[in-house]
Parts: sequence; structure tokens; C-alpha cells
Amino acid sequence: MLLQQIINGLTLGATYALIALGYTMVYGIIQLINFAHGDIYMIGAFIGVAAVALFHQNFFLTLATAMLACMVLGVTIERVAYRPLRRAPRLNLLITTIGVSIFLETFMTVLKGPQPTGFPPVLKNVTLRVGTLEFSSIQLVILLVSVALMVGLQFIVKYTKIGKAMRAASEDYDTASLMGININRVISFTFAIGSALAAAGGVLVGIYFNSVSPYMGVTAGLKAFVAAVLGGIGNIPGAMLGGLLLGLAEVFGVAAGFSTYKDAIAFTLLIIILLVRPTGLLGRPIQRKV
Amino acid sequence: MSQWLTSVIDPYYQQVLMLVGIYIIAALGLNLITGLCGQLTFGHAAFLSIGAYTAAILTRDFHMPFLASLILGGLMAALFGILLGIPVLKLTGDYLGIATLGFGEIVRVAFTNMKITGGAIGLAAIPRASNLINVTIFVILAVVAMVLLENSRFGRALKAIREDEIAAEAMGINAMWYKIQAFGIGCFLAGISGGFYAHMLQYLNPNDFGFLKSFEILNFVVLGGLGSIPGTIVGTTVLTLAPEFLRFVREYRMMIYGLLLVLMMIFRPNGLLGGVNFRRLLRRRKQKAAALSS
Repeated sequence: MLLQQIINGLTLGATYALIALGYTMVYGIIQLINFAHGDIYMIGAFIGVAAVALFHQNFFLTLATAMLACMVLGVTIERVAYRPLRRAPRLNLLITTIGVSIFLETFMTVLKGPQPTGFPPVLKNVTLRVGTLEFSSIQLVILLVSVALMVGLQFIVKYTKIGKAMRAASEDYDTASLMGININRVISFTFAIGSALAAAGGVLVGIYFNSVSPYMGVTAGLKAFVAAVLGGIGNIPGAMLGGLLLGLAEVFGVAAGFSTYKDAIAFTLLIIILLVRPTGLLGRPIQRKV
Repeated sequence: MSQWLTSVIDPYYQQVLMLVGIYIIAALGLNLITGLCGQLTFGHAAFLSIGAYTAAILTRDFHMPFLASLILGGLMAALFGILLGIPVLKLTGDYLGIATLGFGEIVRVAFTNMKITGGAIGLAAIPRASNLINVTIFVILAVVAMVLLENSRFGRALKAIREDEIAAEAMGINAMWYKIQAFGIGCFLAGISGGFYAHMLQYLNPNDFGFLKSFEILNFVVLGGLGSIPGTIVGTTVLTLAPEFLRFVREYRMMIYGLLLVLMMIFRPNGLLGGVNFRRLLRRRKQKAAALSS
């Protein structure tokens, strides 16, 4: 029973982690909370639905289509809406992300209507049994795909040249640009990767809950954002840890009888962590400079 | 009086104008916290809802006079603001924003689950007590109070904290104490605004007070110009009227609204009236008059 709950928690947590990575990478480089990120996740799920419904693609092609399309979307949004504000006050940039978020949500509502749509069957749902343990094949796929993507991200960030540039930019934006790093390219790349991961999360969640709606990005985005803060925003392993912890906390919270307060669990956890460790579990302390 | 008003102004316009006034009261409170004191908060709607539910339940179930329940709603919001502020205001910048965002969502979920608030179905049959006249009176009171506060010792201390908290503390300003006071006053105004809102719509639903509402109020303040009282008033008016004017585009309304936000932020990064306050407006007029007469 306990192990069963852990598996459920990890499945949920893995999807939070996938979305949280986008928040954390963007925050790490330009200190921006991108509130439109949750909506990219939503658009990703819808593109997944369209890919299956219109072109009858298989699971991996669906995933790839959604990820690629959202990559383009994320980079375009950054180019059109965020880049002109690079030197503006940060609160303005934040409001711009909210404007983009409202735009994407209503765009999808106008296109598809506000009610949730089902995800056309693309994966066979088989119940797997290991001893007394029961879990669905979909859960297994979600876990495997998420882990594969996170390992891939870790590889890019640790071992490629652009990854090195990303790390340098998140360390010190201005110095990195003085060292000949093309900051605009790094930021575009960050948005591309973050959006692709969010799209993957959207498709997986769409298949898992068999429901996709224009407003699914709001709650999921907020929770993933909480996950990023829990782990220490700007910290990639932190986002993964935060996502998994949050998933586990929610599943155990529901199991403990707080099901009606499910959505408050994440935020209560958030406030507690912020008060004890203001920069998150794996975050570095902020230095107050005089 | 209200009958006379109805004969002059169409009830629909009255409703819209009331909404503008109600939002101005809330936005002035947020302007004190974020604009003047520099503390970012994403949970202002929570205090609106605390004030709204308190005032609505007091008039509906306990038959309290409107004014008394309005004030008590404001005080309740201020109390929660101070209780939240004491632990949370030691956080800085984005982290404070995130924590208040979390608080806002917790309040929303709590109201969705409580029996006394009617849960997810909402609270209906609230007596209608807000009208254009009492809203206007409160807007004027709030504006006067905020202008007096801004130019007082208290207001200057808040500005010092906004510019540099460490330097302000070195000058002997107890930053924490001032921040908590500013937070309390801002939340009180939010609570009053919520009370008017409840007694205008006569129906409350916890989902109306989600984080998007908090951002809406923040947009009013930032679009108008952070820290500027005339700016807050103009920003609130423009952004509250915008969706009404956009009604003719029907379902594209909110899409255009989102686009409008992005465009305004790109082309007016300091807000419509950034750095403008009443005193400077008056001084400029005097200078102009002096220049003309000489």
C-alpha cells in the first residue's frame, strides 16, 4: 500500500518536475518568473491531441511533435514579448508574462471551447502486477520518459558547449556576455528546452488523466512553479527533487484524508519551506550587499 | 438620492463606475505596499476575499449595518495581513511574492471548503448596499488618506525602505515594523474594497479571488506607474474599462486584453504616469502659471 502510493506520487511528481525545469532554467538565467510557462504546457497537450486525432501518430511521434512545436512557440514568445523588455524593470517583464498567459488561454478557449477534451487513445493501458503492487503501463511510460528527458537535460547542461554557456550565464549574466557568450542565443535555447519539456509534461498528463483543457496550465503551472521554488529556484537538480517531493506530498496528503484541501498542500509546503530555508532546499543563500 | 442617480446614469454604467471605484480602493492599498514600500505581493485578492466574506456574512446572517460590517471586514483583512506579514515580510523580492501567492491560493482553497462561506457553490443573497455614492465617498477618503500618508514621516520611511532597506535600517528606521504597518493598511483597504464588491454583486465565489485577480490589481498599479497615486487611479480606470469597451469583440476580448498588457509594458515601461504624484502635478501647474505671468 505504501509502495503503491509512492509510485503514484512519483508519477505525478515526475510531470511536475518536467514543467518545473522550465521555470527554474529561465529563472536561473534572467531572474524571471515566466507565468506563461504553464500555458505552454497546456498548448503542448493540445498539440498532442491534434497530432493523434489528425495524423494518427504513435506515442513517440506525438511526443516529438508537441515538443518541437512548443520549442518554436517558446522561442517566438521570448523573441516577440520578452526580449524588448530585457532592460526594463523586472515587474514589467512579469506582467508581460501574465499578458502572454491570458492571451494563450483565451486563444485556446476561442479555438476549442472551455470544456475539457479527452485524449484520443495512443497508449494501451495495461495493469501491471508485481507481487501485490499494481500500476498501469501509462504510469511506467510517464516515469521512464520523464527520467529519460531529465537525464538528457543533465547531459546537455553538463557536457555540451551550449550547456556550459547556460551555466555561465546563470552564474553571472553580464560577465558571461563580456566573455563572448551570445546571451540572446543562450536565452533562446533555454526557452526552447524549457518549453519542450513542458510540452512533454502536457502530453503525458493528458494521456494519464485523459483530459485536456485550456485552463489546465493554471494549476499545474503554479504547482510546478512551487516545485521549482521548493528545490531552490535556478537549480536544475532542485527542480527535479522539488517536483518529486511535491507529487509525494500531494498523494500522501490525499491518502491521509485531506483530499478537499489537495490544492492547498503544495502552497502550505511552499510557505513552510520559504520560512525555514528562504532559497529552497538546494538553493544558495542570498547575500545582502551594502 | 439613488433614484435620482438612476435617472441620470444608466444602471449598467453605474455598475461599471462602482467597479472602478472598488478596484481603486484595493489598488491604492497595493500601491502602498508595492509602489511606496517596494514589497512585492501576489496575494492581494486573498485580502479582498477575506474582507468580502466577512462583511457579507455579517450583514447577511447577523444583520449588521453595512458600514459596521464593511469596517470589520477591513479590520479582519488587516489582521490576516499582519499575521501573514510578521513571518513572511522578512523574505525579499520574488520570494516574498511567491509566499504571498501561496497564501492567496490557500485562502481560496479554504473558502472553497468552508461551510460558512457556502463552499464551492458560493455565497448568495447578500443584501445590496453598495451604491455609487458610498463607493465614491470611500474612494475620496482613501485617496486623501494615501496622499497624507505618502507625504508624512511614515511615507518617507517607506520610500527609504523601498530604495535601500539596509541603508534605511542604518539610518535608524525599523524596516520590519514599517513594512508590517504598510502591509496592514494595504490589506485593510483591500478588505474594504472586498466588502463593497460583495454588496454590489450580491454573490461571492472563491474562484473569483484566484491569483489572476491579484495580478489584475497589480497590473492596475504597475500600468499606472508604481508609487504614483494619480497613476494608480488612471491605471485602474483604464484597465477596468478596457474589457467593457472590448465587449464588441466578444470572445476575443480577453485575448486582446492580454495583448494590450504586453504592448503597454513594451511601449510604456514606467507606466502611464510613472513618477507623477499630486504634489508634483500642483507644482508644475504653479511653475507654468509663474512662467506665463513673468
